[in-house]
Amino acid sequence: MAKLRQCAIYGKGGIGKSTTTQNLVAALAEAGKKVMIVGCDPKADSTRLILHSKAQTTVMHLAAEAGSVEDLELDDVLSVGFGGVKCVESGGPEPGVGCAGRGVITAINFLEEEGAYDEDLDFVFYDVLGDVVCGGFAMPIRENKAQEIYIVCSGEMMAMYAANNIAKGIVKYANSGGVRLGGLICNSRNTDREDELIMALAAAMGTQMIHFVPRDNAVQHAEIRRMTVIEYDPTHKQADQYRQLAMKVLNNTKLVIPTPIEMEELEQLLMEFGIMEQEDESIVGQTAAELKAGAAA
Amino acid sequence: MQTVDDIKPCYPLFRDDDYKANLKNKQDLYEERVPADKVDETFQWTTSKEYQELNFKREAITINPAKACQPLGAVLCSLGFKNTMPYVHGSQGCVAYFRTYFNRHFKEPVSCVSDSMTEDAAVFGGQKNMFDGLENAKAIYKPDIIAVSTTCMAEVIGDDLNAFINNAKKAEHIPQDYPVPFAHTPSFVGSHTTGWDNMFEGFQRFFTLNKMEGKVVGSNGKINFVPGFETYLGNYRVIKRMMKQMDVGFTLLSDPSEVLDTPSDGEFRMYSGGTTQEEISDAPNALTTIFTQPWQSDKSKKFAETVWNHDVPKLNIPMGLDWTDEFLMKVSELSGKAIPEELAVERGRLVDMMQDSHTWLHGKKFALYGDPDFVIGMVKFLLELGAEPIHILSNNASKRWSKAVQKILDSYPQGAACKIYAGNDLWHMRSLCFTEKPDFLIGNSYGKYIQRDTLYKGKQFEVPLIRLGFPIFDRHHLHRMTTLGYEGAMYVLTTLVNAVLERLDDETRGMGTTDYNYDLVR
Repeated sequence: MAKLRQCAIYGKGGIGKSTTTQNLVAALAEAGKKVMIVGCDPKADSTRLILHSKAQTTVMHLAAEAGSVEDLELDDVLSVGFGGVKCVESGGPEPGVGCAGRGVITAINFLEEEGAYDEDLDFVFYDVLGDVVCGGFAMPIRENKAQEIYIVCSGEMMAMYAANNIAKGIVKYANSGGVRLGGLICNSRNTDREDELIMALAAAMGTQMIHFVPRDNAVQHAEIRRMTVIEYDPTHKQADQYRQLAMKVLNNTKLVIPTPIEMEELEQLLMEFGIMEQEDESIVGQTAAELKAGAAA
Repeated sequence: MQTVDDIKPCYPLFRDDDYKANLKNKQDLYEERVPADKVDETFQWTTSKEYQELNFKREAITINPAKACQPLGAVLCSLGFKNTMPYVHGSQGCVAYFRTYFNRHFKEPVSCVSDSMTEDAAVFGGQKNMFDGLENAKAIYKPDIIAVSTTCMAEVIGDDLNAFINNAKKAEHIPQDYPVPFAHTPSFVGSHTTGWDNMFEGFQRFFTLNKMEGKVVGSNGKINFVPGFETYLGNYRVIKRMMKQMDVGFTLLSDPSEVLDTPSDGEFRMYSGGTTQEEISDAPNALTTIFTQPWQSDKSKKFAETVWNHDVPKLNIPMGLDWTDEFLMKVSELSGKAIPEELAVERGRLVDMMQDSHTWLHGKKFALYGDPDFVIGMVKFLLELGAEPIHILSNNASKRWSKAVQKILDSYPQGAACKIYAGNDLWHMRSLCFTEKPDFLIGNSYGKYIQRDTLYKGKQFEVPLIRLGFPIFDRHHLHRMTTLGYEGAMYVLTTLVNAVLERLDDETRGMGTTDYNYDLVR
């Protein structure tokens, strides 16, 4: 067997992590790879396109029902969907209560102890909520877990800001372990010169833009049917985009310890590409009345 | 009043008239107490069958759980290694608890450090605490090993021990090659027995996982013994004695019997005895590994099987007659050494004792609680003695364990009257002791409250506690006793039969009423 590759996908909330991950995984499955997705997000929407379900029943939900995680069996939490892809959702608390990070830790420990990472698997993908906000959401990149990180972003300021922040988190773990950044996946929002911008960001961070996924309504059409594009319309050109992404991930050898950039550098970059304008420091903190008085004088 | 010439402790002082008046005054004026008859009515209700049914439907809370938390077990495991400082990554109060818990049981100082995580560590993560903690602990207490476990706080925020320890080495807070085995021990999962198991696996990992090259099963000709969460110091000693008598080479993996029983000779020993680094490193070369508490050793057993490639024999805890026989025969088979005459004689003495006492123990009903392996071993021995363990309770036992206990019950005629309660607590046990009264209750010190409550209902309802298990806070030196092997069975038997006779004396002391049976000879 080939060595199991474990990859974690991070990125700003709403950027399209789950959609991109599932389409990527579907493309890998189509290419004959055995893949498991572990959703690490209390929303539990990381597997719906593979399973055609609203939301998979999560490890934490089942554990809460059964009384404790120890009462669960692997079969209770593992579902198999399109292309034989194995799906697990860690789940977590309702908004505003409890600790979602602990849910991720508990779920991944459970999977390890129950032998979910069996020898046939080629890939495990962790689809992780938004930012690396606490230790729990860094669980997938601890030693002996995901070795490759991919960050989904787009050419918007906050998405890039988040990508850079995630890189900072990776550096912490990369220094003590083997976790590396595999690249940025640009999920296009159709902003100007988006590909160049993300390539420039990637270069500054010491990594690569592994693929530019253009915006296409086919993705939404497929999502309404709770499917990936690969499954919904395998002949569509967008499906080929995900296949290309899958091949690039499959053959990726550029795994690096990222070099996150300073806020100033990031702003500089954004200004170069016209996303942000030069700030006029002289007006900071002045009220309208003061400005008017200043103009009159 | 307390007077200087006659200082009294709280009992009997508070029974003096002035104190009684004072306390009554306080109750009447300030406590807004429910009337005594109402309190009594409620008490009587809690002893009823009706209440028991409600009690067993209880979902939301555990009352007096009869277990402790994971890091407590991790600390005991670490204490069993030579010159090792147990280090708990997390809040200070937890470590104070572990230390006092062991102090009260072993009547010994227990060395253990914390890195004292506070509010800022909860927000920013505890890496800085770990850097300082490891550096300071090594500099001040000069251990050869620091064994790290965690409290709930570190677990909830997701601190990564592996990364933190590696970073501490990288930043040169401790040398690169300094041994720091570790285990994640979230208190909200499992119990102290899980924590022991996890920590032991941490030692296995650190000392053997990446050093398996050149290791050959059986090449050192020894047998490894892994005690699990074991608090009877005599049990460590009896294993060693029996193996020496059999002339079997052995390694006891985790042995705190010295450090928890240091002499008072003017010298404080922070470390004493224990398994050496060489011994744990050499463990994969043994013939095999025997887990004397197999129900509490899931993870470390799996490690021995998969990484050390040991064919771990399926044995029960060596308690009572049969299971000690099985244990010794298996050791004999593995080592090729015969069981010596002196052990055969010791066995004969135990059988003799069982015969001498059987008239007193036969048919006696016992309620029993504790850790899974202790309880299953006690069930077996009680059945061998002709006694009836009618209520069998273990909070930290699994469904599989229940099935195994049921199988044992099924093989004895008196087993039909016995029932197993896995996952239940001592408040359930209290109900059982009222509704289906056993003659005695076997368990740790916490059982004394059940004895008090049953006595309050009336002398004829009282269920006396026999102290066996962990922790025993309110009797001295019982932790030095032995419960394993023939020797252990002798101690358990002596304890049981004398409790029966004590009780009989107690009931037959009535001058001119029951003392016709207050016999000199029993």
